[in-house]
Amino acid sequence: MNANCGDTKLMRPNSVVSGVARIGAAAAIAFGLAGTAMAAEEDGATPHYPLNHPRQQSWSFAGPFGSWDLAQLQRGLKIYKEVCAACHSMRLVPFRALEELGYSEEQVKAFAAEYTVTDGPNSDGDMFERPAVPADRFPSPFPNVEAAAAANNGAPPPDFSVLAKARAPERGFPWFVFDAFTLYAENGPDYIYSLLTGYQDPPAGVEVAEGTYYNPYFVGSAALAMAPPLSDGVVTYEDGTPETVDQYARDIAAFMMWAAEPSLVERKAMGFKVMFFLVLLAVLVYLTKKKVWAGLKEQEA
Amino acid sequence: MSGGHSEYNPRSGFMKWLDDRLPLPRLMYDSFVAYPVPRNLNGWYTFGGILSIMLVAQILTGVVLAMHYVANSAMAFDSIEHIMRNVNYGWLLRRLHANGGSMFFLAVYIHMFRGMYYGSYKAPREVLWILGVILFLLMMATAFMGYVLPWGQMSFWGATVITGFFSAIPWVGDAIQQWLLGGYAVDNPTLNRFYSLHYLLPFMIAGVVVLHVWALHVVGQTNPTGVEVKNMRKETVPFTPYATIKDSFALVLFFILFAWFVFYLPDFLGHPDNYIEADPLKTPTHIVPEWYFLPFYAILRAITFNISIPFTDFVLIDSKLGGVIAMFGSIAVLFFLPWLDTSKVKSATYRPLYRQFFWIFVAVCIGLGWLGSKPPEGIYPTLALVLTIWYFAHFLIILPWLGWVEKTKPLPASIADAVLAKKPAAGASARPAQ
Repeated sequence: MNANCGDTKLMRPNSVVSGVARIGAAAAIAFGLAGTAMAAEEDGATPHYPLNHPRQQSWSFAGPFGSWDLAQLQRGLKIYKEVCAACHSMRLVPFRALEELGYSEEQVKAFAAEYTVTDGPNSDGDMFERPAVPADRFPSPFPNVEAAAAANNGAPPPDFSVLAKARAPERGFPWFVFDAFTLYAENGPDYIYSLLTGYQDPPAGVEVAEGTYYNPYFVGSAALAMAPPLSDGVVTYEDGTPETVDQYARDIAAFMMWAAEPSLVERKAMGFKVMFFLVLLAVLVYLTKKKVWAGLKEQEA
Repeated sequence: MSGGHSEYNPRSGFMKWLDDRLPLPRLMYDSFVAYPVPRNLNGWYTFGGILSIMLVAQILTGVVLAMHYVANSAMAFDSIEHIMRNVNYGWLLRRLHANGGSMFFLAVYIHMFRGMYYGSYKAPREVLWILGVILFLLMMATAFMGYVLPWGQMSFWGATVITGFFSAIPWVGDAIQQWLLGGYAVDNPTLNRFYSLHYLLPFMIAGVVVLHVWALHVVGQTNPTGVEVKNMRKETVPFTPYATIKDSFALVLFFILFAWFVFYLPDFLGHPDNYIEADPLKTPTHIVPEWYFLPFYAILRAITFNISIPFTDFVLIDSKLGGVIAMFGSIAVLFFLPWLDTSKVKSATYRPLYRQFFWIFVAVCIGLGWLGSKPPEGIYPTLALVLTIWYFAHFLIILPWLGWVEKTKPLPASIADAVLAKKPAAGASARPAQ
């Protein structure tokens, strides 16, 4: 949520003022959306957002044997770089992590060098700018959260680093019980995909505040401050993948899941080994237990 | 049951030498090898062992995480992500620790319900039970403060809500709250003291666990019949290998469940809002605690009315204080359970009415947990109030009353008799009872 620049976290100026501005903006949005809220109300209860549940997609990284689709992650990176990064920071992800997407060390170096970061102070005590190296993190588009809010109608674009895990709408009873068995844990990427492809005209009679866009998949209210960011053909794919909003949404959602949880595939792979070991151990310990207690019964007989 | 008699024979010259100076191996031998346990313990009795292993696991993962975590409100959130991304196997340690907390509570709830079902709190085990309730309170404090450390939205607002309890105390409440927080609101001083206490309390838990186990080994374990051991030789088995191997099997099964969450559903038991950094100016739509606190959260919110002196406007207890009293009362009442249950019969197996009320009580607790996760609107607060009343009535009315009216089934003369009576059906029994 904080679109802070990489190293400026401690220097967050005057956040009270910005907070008031944000609350003001939120209040304005809420006021503007009162009509929407009313329309969504049923039996006098407050509407629950998101209005629509995310639409479930199939992901290569789902399930106990899930793994990344590296081509998809590379396409997602391209979308992030060419579209999202204009507003959204990703301040916790270092360039060196891109090697996990299948790029060579040289490619990552070249990629990082396209960015400029502020470093210093040098021996003269001055800050200076230099091309980024793989150890640097993605530079943020705004110097601080206040600037991000000011440039975006009072709603700072959230940081991408862990966003795919922060936007996972509650599944509710009884679904969460089934999820524990089916291992459904992709509501984050499903949400992102649904949101990006879910912009639509508001239903009749629903007014949307100036500068917001109706989207029944948005987690916080019925409309959000982000204009539809994707359109067909906006990013060029070199591998022949269709250049549609649907495909873009899928690719960026997968990329965001990787950014939020780079250890996901390693975790699942280790999980299989651990499970295999534990089940085997359980059988052996059970047989040992049988044997030990059988000895006791023989003593009695 | 251990009765001061020791069967320890030092095998080597060195052990004999040590035994004459510090009989620690003797203590270990008598406590964990020769210690006699009733032979008819079923699988529900394995959770004590599981809990002690989980405590050790939490301390081990926690100590390593503490080497990488930064307790500072500006850096705490990022330091967790640093652990997840840059520390070798940091993601694993953090997942084990966070989900380990949930598993700890799952095990402790089963352990407590088992104690309630088999009347494990009755004489001579009152002190054992009370030590258990103290452990439960310490666990709750530890878990609550641990959840604040990642400094996400739920961390921050959970801390704000919980520390707000203290401001409900008349006259001195605000002063106490400020003293606890180290300021007017939850901020860096709060985070620092919570971190310090989160590191301290587990060792206090370990200390009380020693007392808990000591008290257990003085009075001996209960068993599913609730009949005390009469013939040591026939009715008990040595802890090692019999209980050790059974507990090990249960522990491995428990670890499979643990691993299921750690490796496949690591965020299932958490709240997505905790991946949003704490923002004092933005309140989440619904502030909910971790799942294991939900029943108590429901009780807290169930009191939505002021209690006044009848026919006057003088408010004795406002709704906020009332909720806090009810919530702390719901745990405090557990301390008195050994004396509130007036029945002489321990095990629910021989108490047909209590058995039904026990399961209703379990359902009430689960119902309260469900209501704790719901927003306090519509029918939910009313339902929560009904279940809260039932929760207290179970302890304060039903249990004392049952002791007078319940016609219990005849008890077996001894554990040996009960085991023999069960033998023909043993093959059909799904329980790991012997």
